[in-house]
This record gives sequence, structure tokens and C-alpha cells, in this order.
Amino acid sequence: MTFETLVFYAFATVLVVAAALVVTTRNPVHAALWLVLSFFSAAGLWLLLRAEFLALALVLVYVGAVMVLFLFVVMMLDVNFDKLRERFRSYIPVAATVGVLVLVEMALVLLGGYFGEGAPPPAPAGAGYSNTKVLGAQIYTDYAYPFEIAAMVLLVAIIAAIALTHRHRRATKYQNPAEQVRVRRSDRLRILDIPVEKRDGS
Amino acid sequence: MPYLPQPTLSHYLVLGAILFAISVIGIFLNRRNVLIMLMAIELMLLAVNLNFIAFSRFLGDTSGQIFVFFILTVAAAESAIGLAILVLLFRNMGSIDVEKFGRLKG
Repeated sequence: MTFETLVFYAFATVLVVAAALVVTTRNPVHAALWLVLSFFSAAGLWLLLRAEFLALALVLVYVGAVMVLFLFVVMMLDVNFDKLRERFRSYIPVAATVGVLVLVEMALVLLGGYFGEGAPPPAPAGAGYSNTKVLGAQIYTDYAYPFEIAAMVLLVAIIAAIALTHRHRRATKYQNPAEQVRVRRSDRLRILDIPVEKRDGS
Repeated sequence: MPYLPQPTLSHYLVLGAILFAISVIGIFLNRRNVLIMLMAIELMLLAVNLNFIAFSRFLGDTSGQIFVFFILTVAAAESAIGLAILVLLFRNMGSIDVEKFGRLKG
């Protein structure tokens, strides 16, 4: 039994326990933190699978950005979370049924031996191999169009998130350039014809 | 110490299946809390990504990792928009209870 094997079982155990706690814990802040732990363990497993770039991207992007966003939202919403869990127990039977069904169906496929699962992993590449370099070369050649579409998806997400949550404040003073350009003299200037009055006592 | 077999592709696939099943259970358990539902969806995507990377390693093909790269991108966009919608719903209804969203029906 090698060290790598031991690391796999340790990380897998932590991952499964953390995932189970994400969906069962009472406090959503704790759920978010357990989710952080499960992402970390998954990143460790990805390192074992020689996917170094994606493991680091998972930690940076998910733990660093997405989970912080989750924590922001959890703390910003003033929700009575206990009230949302009132009927938690009544959902257990259906959840257990569906979960076991999913597991059994996957076991039926996985235990069929269709993928040559029992084979030992191929030998790791030599010292000159760079996972990041290989991924980069593929992304910018074979997958250039999907890469650009992914960039568009992110742009759309930025605009959508801002447009959805942006609140228009009535109290803020702001200029409307279109209105300023369209203005006519008659809108601003009023010429009154006032008769000249004679001054008394002159 | 018990003997632990060396992890093969099947170990990673089983781990992914367990993770996926946990998140399906989580979606059913937290039927009323949208926030935890979003977290369960993130877990599901993690399970899928784990399968992709395991196949990529054991079949010696990096295309799987490219696919994970795109899944991560789309998942980040999805959670950003999902949380924005959640904030908007909370602002308008004062609750994130899924069962109160029934009035969104046309």
C-alpha cells in the first residue's frame, strides 16, 4: 500500500463526510464552509489524478470567489432558516428512496465492467511534462471557439447579475445627457413682456 | 492496518456516484431552502467533474480536463446568476422559501 493510496482514501472520506454535512447541517453558513472543505478535498483528489491546473483553478475560483459570494449572500439575507427546516424530516423518505435509486442505477452501470475500470493507471509522464502547457495548447487550438463562447457566457453572467440586482435609487441626483441635448430654448427660457412703470416722485 | 487496494478508475467513479447521490438527497431534503439547493447543485457538478478528470487520467486523454474547464466556467456563471435571482426574490418576497414562489405561476 503506497502513500498515494492512503491519501486517496483519506481525501475521499473527508469529501463524502463534508458533502453529507453540506446538505444536512442546520446553519447555512456552516453548509457553505463544509462545501469549501469538500472543494478542497476534491482539489486534492484532482492533484492525485495529475490534473494540477484544474485543482489549483478549483481552489482559486471556487473557494476564493464562488464560495465567498455564497457566504456574502447567506450573511446578507436576513432569513429565519429554522422556519425553512420545519418539514425537513418529512422529506427524508422520498430523499432516501431517490438517493438509493440513483446509487443503485449507477452501480449497475459501473459494476458492469464496461470501461475497463480495474486497469492500473498509466505511468505518470516524465519530468518535462507540464499539465498547464498541454491544456493551454489544446484550448487555444482545438477548442478556440468554445473558449470564446465561454468568455461570452461569463460576460453575459456579469451583465445579468448586475442588471438583476442593481437598485435604482430615487434620491440620487444624476444627469440625463439625452434630455440635456434635446432641450429647446422654450423649455428653459421665458421672456416676459413687462411694461415699464414710471417711478413715483421724479 | 487493513489492506486498502490501489485506487483504480472504478474507485473514482464510485466516489463520484456517491457524491452525486448525496447531492440528489440534499436537493430533496432542502426542498424549501433555495440556498442549500444551489450548494447541492455545485456538489453535483463537482461529482461530474471528478468523473471527467478520472476518465481523462485513466484513458490518457486531456480532452476531459478541457471539458471540466468549461464546466467550471459555466457553473461559476450559473451560481452568480442564481444568487442574483435569489437576492431579488428575497427583496421582493421577504423569504427564500421555494413553496412561496408558487405565485410566480402565470
